[in-house]
Amino acid sequence: MTTITIPEGMPQFDDVPRFDVAAVRADFPILDRQVNGHPLVYLDSANTSHKPRQVLDALTEHYALHNANVSRSVHTLGTEATEAYDGARAKIAAFVNAPSVDEVVFTKNSTEAINIVAYAFSNASPRADADPRFRLGPGDEIVISEMEHHSNIVPWQLLAERTGATLRWFPVTDQGRLDESGLDDLVTERTKIVSLVHMSNILGTVNATARITARVREVGALLLLDCSQSVPHLPIDVVDLDADFIVFTGHKMCGPTGVGVLWGRGELLAAMPPVFGGGSMIETVTMAGSTFAAPPARFEAGTPPIAGAVALGAAVDYLTGIGMRAIQWHEKELTAYALDALSAVPDLRIFGPTVPVGRGGTISFALGDIHPHDVGQVLDSLGVQVRVGHHCAKPVCTRFGVPAMTRASFYLYTTTEEIDALVGGLEQVRKVFD
Amino acid sequence: MQLDQLYQEIILDHYKRPHGRGLRDAEDPADQVAEAHHVNPTCGDEVTVRVATDGDVLHDISYDGMGCSISQASASVLHELLRGRGAGEAFAVHEAFVELMSGRGQVTPDEDVLGDGVAFAGVARYPARVKCALLPWMAFKDAAARAGVGASPEVKA
Repeated sequence: MTTITIPEGMPQFDDVPRFDVAAVRADFPILDRQVNGHPLVYLDSANTSHKPRQVLDALTEHYALHNANVSRSVHTLGTEATEAYDGARAKIAAFVNAPSVDEVVFTKNSTEAINIVAYAFSNASPRADADPRFRLGPGDEIVISEMEHHSNIVPWQLLAERTGATLRWFPVTDQGRLDESGLDDLVTERTKIVSLVHMSNILGTVNATARITARVREVGALLLLDCSQSVPHLPIDVVDLDADFIVFTGHKMCGPTGVGVLWGRGELLAAMPPVFGGGSMIETVTMAGSTFAAPPARFEAGTPPIAGAVALGAAVDYLTGIGMRAIQWHEKELTAYALDALSAVPDLRIFGPTVPVGRGGTISFALGDIHPHDVGQVLDSLGVQVRVGHHCAKPVCTRFGVPAMTRASFYLYTTTEEIDALVGGLEQVRKVFD
Repeated sequence: MQLDQLYQEIILDHYKRPHGRGLRDAEDPADQVAEAHHVNPTCGDEVTVRVATDGDVLHDISYDGMGCSISQASASVLHELLRGRGAGEAFAVHEAFVELMSGRGQVTPDEDVLGDGVAFAGVARYPARVKCALLPWMAFKDAAARAGVGASPEVKA
């Protein structure tokens, strides 16, 4: 047994922050629905999370009462919309302990946020007057890892192609941890940026970044952390993490789709050239040329996802109200329970850490040689929603020698009963394909 | 949705005991031989289909691949249905299968034309799985074109 659950009644029970999961579930309308004649068992929150009524209400209320464009209107509605949009920025800054509100750039999602940084490098590289930290050329290196989501691989491959820089990566150990053994050879004076996943979307691994950060500082490179899977599930403090950039996306943290965040250290954002040109990102425009606004506006060309940002602010309020420490602990207990329960399923192989330490509530596995599509299809017929496929992390699948994996992922509304439903469903899968 | 509409016994049989699996050389050295490798980028399923033909008759259709029960069973059915058939006949069957799979469950399959392929009628109701079923058929059409028979593939799903 690896279970670390503290039984109710024990003196230690109250030492950890807790919340009422049943009360939380009542906030999520979708959790009441049936799927294929069974109660919904949603184990795909790493893909996208559900939205509580509070977030849906914020979205509706914004459109119903305060709808106007931002940053350009003197009228009352425009002022209200701008205040709501800026207010959301302030909430998100506080949520990740950003030293300044202006360090929060709203994007479409994490992918766009990473691409903004990659294209800032691209745009700076040919310019002699650009900040040398963003100039890349042959001989310079970009370091990622084998554990990345495609969104943290492809933009850097494209950047390397455009600039002649070299892309290198950390390998992954058999246990699904980042292999830091070659750190000093991998991250060197040639390295300009290290871009790493904070929590793997496929293995569930939470990477300890302290050693890497120290090395990045030593060689004078920049560090971007893809926090798409960590910001929704763990308390994140950008000062504490000592990163230069982090990215995350709203829809995985109870917010709507279409809004994400690039956080960057203020002085770095100020040194970055713009990526998208258009309205709102300028200082002045003449037919001969333009000058650009300070961040964050510089990186928010065009009408931003106003209602989405406002609703993301409501999501952050919701998560903060429950407490990120409590959510983290809830998921740790679920993960321990699930690892234990899954280890009892015959022929089941877990990819990634098999202990609930340095990992989050995202567990990928293989069931014998039954293809994940078939596993997912049978589970769906029982109302159990899991993700199957390569999870936009094909190099991880290759690393573990499989074309695809089945993944169950948890969130604050997940219960141990749902994990039991998964385990029961896997028994059914075995019966169909035995 | 009823799971057994999707996982018909015929499909599971072909999956567990595939017919004609494995890539083979042509028995007749005069045959044109060509193959095509297709992948489904969303799930990583892969199949290679090889066609050996004298330009008239498809003497052999061999295949190899890895993937879900639907894609692998579909390759087995493809082999069984089209091997040894005249090219024109084979493409008529191909067309009927593609039509069935593109029909969102509204097409009634003709067993005389599609044989065990009729078992895939249920798959057409699962849009996420249609591509699995079509994967070997699209690879076949490509391979056949490379071997000098038929047209280049048009992907309808």
